[in-house]
Amino acid sequence: MTRALLSLGLLALASVALALALGSVTVSPADLWQVIQGEGSTLHRTLLLDLRLPRTLAAFGTGGLLAVAGALMQVLLRNPLADPYVLGLSGGAAVGALLAMLMGMGTLIISGSAFAGAMLATVLVFGLAHGTGSWTPSRLLLTGVVVAAGWGAVITLMLAITPSYKLPGMLYWLMGDVSYARSPWPAVVVLAVAVVLIMPLARNLNVLARGPMQAAALGVSVRPLEWTIYVLASLLTATAVTTAGSIGFVGLIVPHMLRLILGNDQRIILPASALAGGTLLVLADTLARTMIAPEQLPVGVITALLGVPTFLYLLHRSR
Amino acid sequence: MSTLNTRDLVINVPGRPDGFALNMSIEPGQVWGVLGPNGAGKTTLLHTLAGLLPARSGQVQLNSAPLTALKRRVIAQQLGLVFQERQDSFPATVLETALIGRHPWLSPWDSEQGEDQRRAEQALTTLDVNHLSDRLLNTLSGGERQRVAIATLMTQNPDILLLDEPTNHLDLHHQVKVMNLLRDQAGAGKTVFMCLHDLNLAARWCTHVLLLYTNGDACWGPAKNMLEPAALERLYNQKLITVEADGAPVFVPVSF
Repeated sequence: MTRALLSLGLLALASVALALALGSVTVSPADLWQVIQGEGSTLHRTLLLDLRLPRTLAAFGTGGLLAVAGALMQVLLRNPLADPYVLGLSGGAAVGALLAMLMGMGTLIISGSAFAGAMLATVLVFGLAHGTGSWTPSRLLLTGVVVAAGWGAVITLMLAITPSYKLPGMLYWLMGDVSYARSPWPAVVVLAVAVVLIMPLARNLNVLARGPMQAAALGVSVRPLEWTIYVLASLLTATAVTTAGSIGFVGLIVPHMLRLILGNDQRIILPASALAGGTLLVLADTLARTMIAPEQLPVGVITALLGVPTFLYLLHRSR
Repeated sequence: MSTLNTRDLVINVPGRPDGFALNMSIEPGQVWGVLGPNGAGKTTLLHTLAGLLPARSGQVQLNSAPLTALKRRVIAQQLGLVFQERQDSFPATVLETALIGRHPWLSPWDSEQGEDQRRAEQALTTLDVNHLSDRLLNTLSGGERQRVAIATLMTQNPDILLLDEPTNHLDLHHQVKVMNLLRDQAGAGKTVFMCLHDLNLAARWCTHVLLLYTNGDACWGPAKNMLEPAALERLYNQKLITVEADGAPVFVPVSF
């Protein structure tokens, strides 16, 4: 199983190298190696280290965050179809960000507002589903889906009353776009810290996947664990959405595909989700940058185009 | 060895008057059978004894400490429970399922070692399901899944074994095998407490019996005192014929 993580790690490095090399100017492997060693021409250094590297790291961090958040929510709800996007957390963040844009705020306020929106969405969904005391997974998922639809309506309303010159920036943000990332570090650091923090809880999550009663009978303090996962998954989502807008389906397809290959041991799935989610978004972003270069597509389009058929396939397969 | 006591325990069955408070002492070496009609609160009682449901009043004590004062992990090292219903939202193999029984014994950074693996395989062998160890749980028959659940409890190896209808879905041979296994466990100093629907299994294998009535009444004691045809007929609202076979009473329902 550590072999699986090692191969995913190598795959991640390869995808980062590919993302650095490809673009409007293609950098040869030899030039790439020179820059890694601290040499190479000034042009290449600027291109790779100042332009492509931050964007690639932002993509990696965002993808990893979304995949880990998805994996956590799937265990929490014991439903393989749960993910931050489906549960409306991304929608809440989008409303927060668009509101700030509409009021003509700066990027920092937009980020903060997106973060607040994601957290508000989480509190709303979990609070409403929890309200009467019963907190069943299906109820939570249903609440999330309905709240997500509500965010969708609010977004449409805001777009309808927005002056047209502001629309392009908003649309790109809605579809998810790594080029809007201010700095890759929040995403990367939060991802690394979260994976380290979650590892001692991973076996608890394996037991929780068998149902809360069984988990309690095997010595898990279920409620504290559920709250920890829920707060952590919301934080991860909020950080991801703040970095790159609302990118759908990474949290859904990555953990699910990994489970099909590696089984459902969270000690493997969680770090593997971080690596594979990061890799997927780096590759998707590379595709988005190069497909119709010099024009750039928002990366959310690519992940959604991959995610929608996968989601439908999974729905079709699950009884 | 651990003892489970109930102090004026009233279980919380919604919409039912308090009924009779339970003051039982469930001790090592004893095999308890809980009998009662559907909806009498057998499962609720079992979950309350495991600390998974709050009692309406009174308390459950594990070695004279109230359950509510103990950490879940400490409880799980001494007390295990086989549920009547199990959910499997994610696919898992038989061996993985048995291995989660080791969870209360491992610290957060530990992973299952050879010793844990050995215990799990031994338990699976005892329950005749070791040949299925790589199979996914959702591909097994009901009886096989029931045996895997009991094997998980054996892997957990607590002092007190609570089981909710352990013979559900089992064929006759495995019913006998499981009941013998539980009796042997009690013989080795464990405490066994289970809900049963089969009077005859209770008559042959239980040392103590608790009768739980729909209205909340209850009586308990050594099995031979409790298994009175008149009491059982009132319990199930069903006429019974009693015969003797293999040295134990056999209760047969009358078909009218």
